[in-house]
Amino acid sequence: MRPFDYHRAADPRAAVAAVARRPEARFLAGGTNLIDLMRLGVEAPELLVDVSRLGGGRIAETEAGGLLIGASVRNSELAADHRVRDDYPVLAQALLNGASGQLRNLATVAGNLLQRTRCLYFQDVTKPCNKRSPGSGCPAIEGEHANLAIFGHSEHCVATHPSDMAVAMVALDATVHLEGPSGPRTTPLIGFHRLPGDAPDRDTVLHHGELITAVELPPLAAARRSLYRKARERRSFAFALVSVAAALELDRGEVRDARVALGGVAHVPWRATRAEEMLRGGPLTEERAHAAAEAELAHATPLRDNAYKVPLAHRLIVRTLLDVAERP
Amino acid sequence: MSVAVRSIGAAIDRVEGREKVTGEAKYAYEHSPPGFVYATALQSTIAKGEVVGVDAEAALAVPGVLGVLWHEDAPRLHEVSDAELEILQSPRVAYRGQIVGAVIAERYEAARQAERLVRIEYSEHPHDVLLRADHPGFYEPEKVNPSYPGRTEEGDFDQAFATAEVTIDRTYETPAEHNNPMEPHASVAVWREDGITVYDSTQGASSVQDIVAKAFGLERERVRVLSAHVGGGFGSKGTPRPHVILAVMASQAVRRPVKLAVTRQQMFDFTGYRTPTIQRVRLGCDRQGRLSATAHAVYEQSSTIREFAEQTATPTRMMYSGENRRTSHHLTRLDVPTPSWMRAPGETPGMYALESAVDELAIAAGIDPVELRLRNEPEVDPETGHRWSSRSLVACLREGAERFGWIPRHGASRGPRNGHWLTGTGVASSVYPARRRPSEARARLEPDGGYVIEIAAADIGTGARTALTQIAADALEVSPGEVRVDLGDSGYPTAPLAGGSMGTASWGSAVVKACRELRATLARGDTPGLPVEAHVDTGAEVQGDEALARYAFGAQFVEVHVNADTGEVHVPRAVGVFAAGRIVNAKTARSQFIGGMTMGIGMALHEESLLDLRFGDYANHDLATYHVPSCADIEELEVAWIDEHDPHVNPIGAKGIGEIGIVGTAAAVANAVHHATGIRFRALPITPARVVGRVSR
Amino acid sequence: MSAPPPVHAEVTLTVNGLRHSLVLDTRTSLLDLLRERLDLTGSKKGCDHGQCGACTILIDGRRANACLALAVAHDGARIETVEGLAGEDGELHALQSAFIEHDAFQCGYCTPGQLCSAVAMLEEIQRGWPSAVTGEDPVAPTRAEIRERMSGNLCRCGAYVNIVEAIADVAEMP
Ligand SMILES: Cc1cc2nc3c(=O)[nH]c(=O)nc-3n(C[C@H](O)[C@H](O)[C@H](O)COP(=O)(O)OP(=O)(O)OC[C@H]3O[C@@H](n4cnc5c(N)ncnc54)[C@H](O)[C@@H]3O)c2cc1C
Ligand code: SF4
Ligand code: FES
Ligand code: FES
Repeated sequence: MRPFDYHRAADPRAAVAAVARRPEARFLAGGTNLIDLMRLGVEAPELLVDVSRLGGGRIAETEAGGLLIGASVRNSELAADHRVRDDYPVLAQALLNGASGQLRNLATVAGNLLQRTRCLYFQDVTKPCNKRSPGSGCPAIEGEHANLAIFGHSEHCVATHPSDMAVAMVALDATVHLEGPSGPRTTPLIGFHRLPGDAPDRDTVLHHGELITAVELPPLAAARRSLYRKARERRSFAFALVSVAAALELDRGEVRDARVALGGVAHVPWRATRAEEMLRGGPLTEERAHAAAEAELAHATPLRDNAYKVPLAHRLIVRTLLDVAERP
Repeated sequence: MSVAVRSIGAAIDRVEGREKVTGEAKYAYEHSPPGFVYATALQSTIAKGEVVGVDAEAALAVPGVLGVLWHEDAPRLHEVSDAELEILQSPRVAYRGQIVGAVIAERYEAARQAERLVRIEYSEHPHDVLLRADHPGFYEPEKVNPSYPGRTEEGDFDQAFATAEVTIDRTYETPAEHNNPMEPHASVAVWREDGITVYDSTQGASSVQDIVAKAFGLERERVRVLSAHVGGGFGSKGTPRPHVILAVMASQAVRRPVKLAVTRQQMFDFTGYRTPTIQRVRLGCDRQGRLSATAHAVYEQSSTIREFAEQTATPTRMMYSGENRRTSHHLTRLDVPTPSWMRAPGETPGMYALESAVDELAIAAGIDPVELRLRNEPEVDPETGHRWSSRSLVACLREGAERFGWIPRHGASRGPRNGHWLTGTGVASSVYPARRRPSEARARLEPDGGYVIEIAAADIGTGARTALTQIAADALEVSPGEVRVDLGDSGYPTAPLAGGSMGTASWGSAVVKACRELRATLARGDTPGLPVEAHVDTGAEVQGDEALARYAFGAQFVEVHVNADTGEVHVPRAVGVFAAGRIVNAKTARSQFIGGMTMGIGMALHEESLLDLRFGDYANHDLATYHVPSCADIEELEVAWIDEHDPHVNPIGAKGIGEIGIVGTAAAVANAVHHATGIRFRALPITPARVVGRVSR
Repeated sequence: MSAPPPVHAEVTLTVNGLRHSLVLDTRTSLLDLLRERLDLTGSKKGCDHGQCGACTILIDGRRANACLALAVAHDGARIETVEGLAGEDGELHALQSAFIEHDAFQCGYCTPGQLCSAVAMLEEIQRGWPSAVTGEDPVAPTRAEIRERMSGNLCRCGAYVNIVEAIADVAEMP
């Protein structure tokens, strides 16, 4: 690890100013991803601006009837919040299926959204990786990619975004609140993470120095009837092979609104809009759930060793939808 | 002659329990001799070739960095028997991740920073790292570990197999696996003018002492190795590893005490692993299930610098009856790290294959798999013709079936489906040799009336300290509270390492002997005063052991639930019944068995080191990507044992329990998965990726 | 070529009730601070990357991985480690005694982390924090809950079934 300066920012604007000034500066929240990557040599900032105590630790109700979640709310606190558990159960479950009890106590909302891929090559600085050092190549394509993307990858990068929380949030139409060098802005979470294209080093649309201040969840009828399911290699404390966030609004047996998002399949938390379209406007039957899964997965482009994710995602979508439909 | 039993067998608490729950127990790296500095290991980033130059300028410019070592400036070593330990002696790189240098610094942070700044230039050659059945390099090693013949033939296998009424011919594969004890390997080395002291995380203080003395050209007495507490090893700390040599070298170079910890990532490169295997098993039996033909051919790997030949087919030589048998081992040398011991080396992968094949044969013959095993119980060791010192496999299978509630089944059958969970049950046998080695020990009566036992043994979590306390107490006919066992110091009487499930047998024999001698001396009453001590060596006694077949046996029964949607496999319960001679401590023994079974479940479902063909290393090299079981993965484990009184193994009658728990577990799981799904998985681990496309919803 | 020199910062922490003010390299993790500077080696390093839980300590009463926590970032925090679990008189914490009684460890290397984790985990249950296996009903300390919640603490010796029994015992589960 190279030596770095450490500042604790007094307020968001000071934090932004401090980071924006220096290209090699980073915000520090819980540190569970950043310190990990610094120790691996993947990240080597010369300045850390600690934003974990910037008053962004609250969860407030919005006028619209949704929730405004401060950027530094810890994952464990968010999962335990009664409004989240009652009104957005899929989000609480996604959080609780991620990492471990002790990591969730450190990890923040913003840090979770911005955590980087777990691609084995990205984390090993003795090997090439386009995401870590642009232009060096992507050994995962020919190498170890069993847990990498089946959607939206490019010849430059086939990595996946590892977050569970983000999958639920993307299903819930969350909005990200930002503070930047030129003032605040908001941006939908869908589209916040980027597909790799020819610039896999850029995970998101965030500019250097832009700070996440909060994530807003809109009021959403479907959200109360929602579930998160995660398939993994061991029963706890493992990243997703594939995960599904699903939410349904049913009106006398008819699907009025459907939300389906997938984790572990793409460079972004993957909103399965094709599946959602298939589901709306009819009853939630097993056949229609299959058709919806099929509609989405027909577009999958698996790699040599991750084709198993296609049936896995298919079955998990169907199972999760059927289980959501049965919820009161 | 055996000892009168009073405290042996009791479920007493671990004697060092308090130290371990309060954090007082100090492990190797936690010793900080005055003036110490830090060293970190530099590793090759090529799999084959030579180091042609090292540019250490940038690293040396880091404040606090004291030096960078590489082969051109490292101290010269004397030859030792293990080429893995001859580090920094030549430019040659034999595998990716091999130690090619070290950084020494005043502060840990500085060492880690400098490590990345050292520029190493290589001349790289193409590498060959993949074990495959058609590899051109296979040869048959004459001996497999520790000194069994590589090949055995009895009768005429080909003829018998050709005429058997029921046959199966299957190939099984196990991946490379890494031991991953929770405490990473570490050494703290203190170089003095008159000798070396090393705190090392090792299973054998005496063997580290030997090697360090040899490598640095010192008399044995001038090297002291301390290992009071060791955070697990599972074989990976059974032989001295290169880091200990590096720590001593670094200390020699800077004339300061040096602390060196292997990182978790580095543990995937130079602290040993279980070889991957490809195993062809052929079995033939008659309609009654009596085996007539058995063949087991094993294909496995070693490095280019050392022959390590895992004894994978050896259990097949003695498990079941049958006249015609062939076993063979085939080794190829690749540009990989040298494999090493991992919990029950040989038996663990070998019995996965054999016990899977036996299950397949039982189905083909339409005979219950427990029953088929019972029908092939040999009277004497089929390989050597030696009598069994004791053999209770039948009792284990019967007791296990009873406890588990095994429902006999004949031929292909499927477990019940429960919603989207497919359920199944499976069984497999376990075995592990009961050996012992010569050891020394000292027993002393102190002026305060307490007894002290000294022995250079190690307690790596096996409960050795506690078991030896009980053994000594009985041999002295006193209560355990009057005895203190001091171990983990090469300054104590020389002892073999904690490995091969031989600790209690080897050290216990010496402790019994020392205690008896001490008592005899005291009884003679001709000593001038306290302390009085006795120092013994069991060399002659062990040499004189009668030729018998000595093994511990076991039977494992497992239930699995397979998720028909995701292919996830859960193990809601398992029962293991073992016959391992006399159980010295009912509490710590149970822990050893459940620990083995837990690791066996990991082997079945999670553990796999993924070879990276392009770079030649294991691509997943941390605990987030090499999955060992977590707490959530292990539900109900029931353990029981059969009382055995086997006076032939050693004076205590104990057979060793550290390894048998893992033997057979993976086969029992795989057999249960077959029962649940109708699909036979012949490659481990049984992951969702492998299962999901093959189960029907 | 000159390498950037280390940056130092002053940090004040209360560790097991004792206040420490130190000048530290900003890179120092809480774990290295405890182990290498304060000689509190009870907290263990099993991976240094958040993957094993051996370093679990309590920061302001909550369990956390000390290896990924920078000491400077926790200036002013109240830290508790395994060394602080027993009473002043040396009387063991109920979980420590239960771990001995149930033989909930073998090598003991994961044990300090398991203990700190268990202490906080039982409090989390009391506070009503859910886990991934919590159903609709209020949280109760079932064995399934304990297993899930303790999964951030790996034990390679495989003492899990005994760890779960030791905790269940203290939580007064049947
Ligand atoms: C062993 C292990 C297992 C894990 N398992 C899972 C899992 O199963 N599922 C899962 O979802 N996650 C998992 N995680 C990841 C974990 O959830 C993330 O590390 C965590 O959420 C990151 O949050 P943090 O606050 O610690 O971020 P930090 O590490 O502090 O920061 C991460 C990144 O975000 C940036 N950042 C932080 N805050 C802001 C802000 N306000 N504005 C702009 N940028 C900011 C930082 O500069 C940095 O680049 C695991 C992690 C580990 C170590
Ligand atoms: S998949 Fe992406 S992150 Fe992984 S090696 Fe390729 S470029 Fe790097
Ligand atoms: S050392 Fe911190 S989690 Fe492993
Ligand atoms: S007791 Fe050894 S790792 Fe848990």
